[in-house]
Amino acid sequence: MKKFIISLLAAGALALPSLANAADYKIMAPAAPGGGWDQTARTMQTALQDEGISGSVQVTNVPGAGGTIGLAQFVNQASGDPTSLIVGGYVMVGAILTNASPVSLKDVTPIARLTGESEAIVVPAASDIKSMDDLVAQLKADPGSVSWAGGSAGGTDHIAAGLIAKAVGVDPTKINYIAYSGGGEALAAILGGQVTAGISGYGEFASQVEAGALRLIAVSGDTRIPGADAPTLKEAGVDVVLQNWRMVAAAPGLSDEQKAAVTADIEKMAKSKSWQDALAAKGWADTFLAGPAFEEQLAKDITATEGILKDIGLVK
Amino acid sequence: MDTFSLLAGGLLTALQPMSLVYAFIGVLLGTAVGVLPGIGPALTVALLLPVTYKLDPAGSLIMFAGIYYGGMYGGSTTSILLNTPGESASIITALEGNKMARAGRGGPALATAAIGSFIAGLVATIALAFLAPTVVKLALSFGPADYFALMVLAFVTVSAAFGSSALMGLTSLFIGLTLGLVGIDLQTGQARLAFGVPDLLDGIEVTTLAVALFAIGETLAVAGAGARAPDKIEPVRGSVWMTAADWGRSWKPWLRGTAIGFPIGAMPAGGAEIGTFLSYAAERRLTKHPEEFGHGAIEGVAGPEAANNASAAGTLVPLLTLGLPTSATAAIMLAGFQQFGLQPGPLLFINSPQLVWGLIASLLVANFMLLILNLPLVGLWVRLLAIPRAWLYAGILTFSTLGTIGANPSQVELGMLLGFGLLGYGLRRFGYPIAPVVIGLILGPLAEQQLRRALAISQGDLLVLVQSPLAIALYLIAAAALLIPLVMRLRGRGEVLNQLAADED
Repeated sequence: MKKFIISLLAAGALALPSLANAADYKIMAPAAPGGGWDQTARTMQTALQDEGISGSVQVTNVPGAGGTIGLAQFVNQASGDPTSLIVGGYVMVGAILTNASPVSLKDVTPIARLTGESEAIVVPAASDIKSMDDLVAQLKADPGSVSWAGGSAGGTDHIAAGLIAKAVGVDPTKINYIAYSGGGEALAAILGGQVTAGISGYGEFASQVEAGALRLIAVSGDTRIPGADAPTLKEAGVDVVLQNWRMVAAAPGLSDEQKAAVTADIEKMAKSKSWQDALAAKGWADTFLAGPAFEEQLAKDITATEGILKDIGLVK
Repeated sequence: MDTFSLLAGGLLTALQPMSLVYAFIGVLLGTAVGVLPGIGPALTVALLLPVTYKLDPAGSLIMFAGIYYGGMYGGSTTSILLNTPGESASIITALEGNKMARAGRGGPALATAAIGSFIAGLVATIALAFLAPTVVKLALSFGPADYFALMVLAFVTVSAAFGSSALMGLTSLFIGLTLGLVGIDLQTGQARLAFGVPDLLDGIEVTTLAVALFAIGETLAVAGAGARAPDKIEPVRGSVWMTAADWGRSWKPWLRGTAIGFPIGAMPAGGAEIGTFLSYAAERRLTKHPEEFGHGAIEGVAGPEAANNASAAGTLVPLLTLGLPTSATAAIMLAGFQQFGLQPGPLLFINSPQLVWGLIASLLVANFMLLILNLPLVGLWVRLLAIPRAWLYAGILTFSTLGTIGANPSQVELGMLLGFGLLGYGLRRFGYPIAPVVIGLILGPLAEQQLRRALAISQGDLLVLVQSPLAIALYLIAAAALLIPLVMRLRGRGEVLNQLAADED
């Protein structure tokens, strides 16, 4: 009966969102419900509430254009508000450059990097390609004959494919990258044998790899994924290390005290059991990094990304 | 264990009192959000996800499935009665359904939609239980070239919604295709026709365009006609219920709609809308009453409504067997599975059979609940039409605006809603059909992406488009759909066809 009442309350909360308590934090997920950023925002919501850091947290979704639509709206509307947060990540770095977005991460107050997910390179189980060496050999012989399925153009998956080509001495502008919206469609194309290889976050492929429908030939992180039988790119002789990281940022125009308070709250959340349990359940690595160290890393990532996007030919 | 005993075990789970309560809450919420234009089942499930974290996995997944099915049901009600589709899969329903409602046959239209949805949901859920592995194999064998062929077929069928003049129909279609170009190009990441407005980078939302053209346009047209408004709406003429003739004309479209919608729902690209287009076109070609099409033919409601519910069940096939979400709602349900540490995919049926079969069985239960919930309400819903016009359209305007702003709170979105509303009024005023605009917006980007993917994978070799048997078969069906009417015309049956192409609006 208790569950029933909770459900009814849920229904009520749904019908009357505007009557909810003034939220301590408002988190914007600049993506459609269901994706990685949305899940990050909603996991934060649960952890912040469970740990009593914030009484009530609201999540809003502003989907589109690799997060740049949400980012533009966030910069306009949240300026100076210490309770507004936005989730973002590596994909956003690429999208800001590719879309020539009028706002960038310089216009917000980056707080911390939260999670990281290794990219995985897979081929259909029936493919002749048995290892990263085979794939590299085919890529060197005829770059156009290797079609890569992954997420949107200029995103982490595309960047990873470009970096691999560059590392093995193939012209990155020659890669034959096929962009799909959302993980599902790309996965279908790989399973159906429509493309040579697939490249995306390991989570997208995990169950198919375990079931033997896809062969995992390499992962992009600096260590192997526990339980997955595949080398890192470095071990396979391709000098690329890449993680699709996710971060949280606060509004522009905050005072140093306000920024420190938000950082303290986020750090407390990231150390909490509720957050750590959720990371384990989702298979996300804890890559928490805050303060000047994070800002330095972010600046480095932005420069590197700009370089590779120019190499691929997406940014002039 | 064979499928039957597994399903029976699932029914035991689904018939537990708490499961029934979750299913009921799900269908109730789903129907409500389906009725509201703009707000869809995806948003609802996303809002409920954190709440259900504390519930047990089976219960919350059952509730999500109820919302999904309920949303598909609810969308038809406003389509039929108010010419205001609640979600994009109900656009086609408005074509014939609203004509029926205006002729006092809103009751039978709602009933055939509800019963058709029930039958489609029932058949498709059973097909999900027994045929999932086969259907998934078929869906995966669709490559970009085959999808492009499917889009060509869908484009050919669009002509069924053209109305009296092919030129006017094509004009509408091209407006839709142009609107479909707006936003970031997926393959290159470059913005097209966005004019530096960030909100346009993600393209034009189908629901915004549909709500604007249908609801706002309709409101303006009614207001524009003022006291001169000619057609007096009778809420009920004849019986509120379906007559024997209605049943006779409905059962085949229900089954055909199911057969079309289920496999299309299972495909990773596309969506419920395409099944409804194909079903409408099929009914229009097969009907014994072609003269009624465009004036409220019951087949045109029965088929597409069955197709959109069957495709909802079809969506669950790749979700459960492969972990492949093929719609926004399915993507959130996937996140729901993951929240409970379950990974949908080939191993789900082996690792958690009780949950999967409980879910499938609760879909059957939710389906019964929806029928019980919806049929008695038909009599109440049709009274909506008796509300004085000024009040009714003020209400439509309020709910359309609220729904659109609720789904996407931005000034640009509101501006687009009003701008497209004016466009809708203009189209109506000068006799251009509305539906092809929306269809162009849906099909254009899909066809473009699939064509470009096919050509990129083949490295520019055009022959790839006609190399698979699936694509060839689809092109042949498209050619037949184009040529048969021409042949019939040559053989002196032009009269019937002219009536068939009668004005829709």
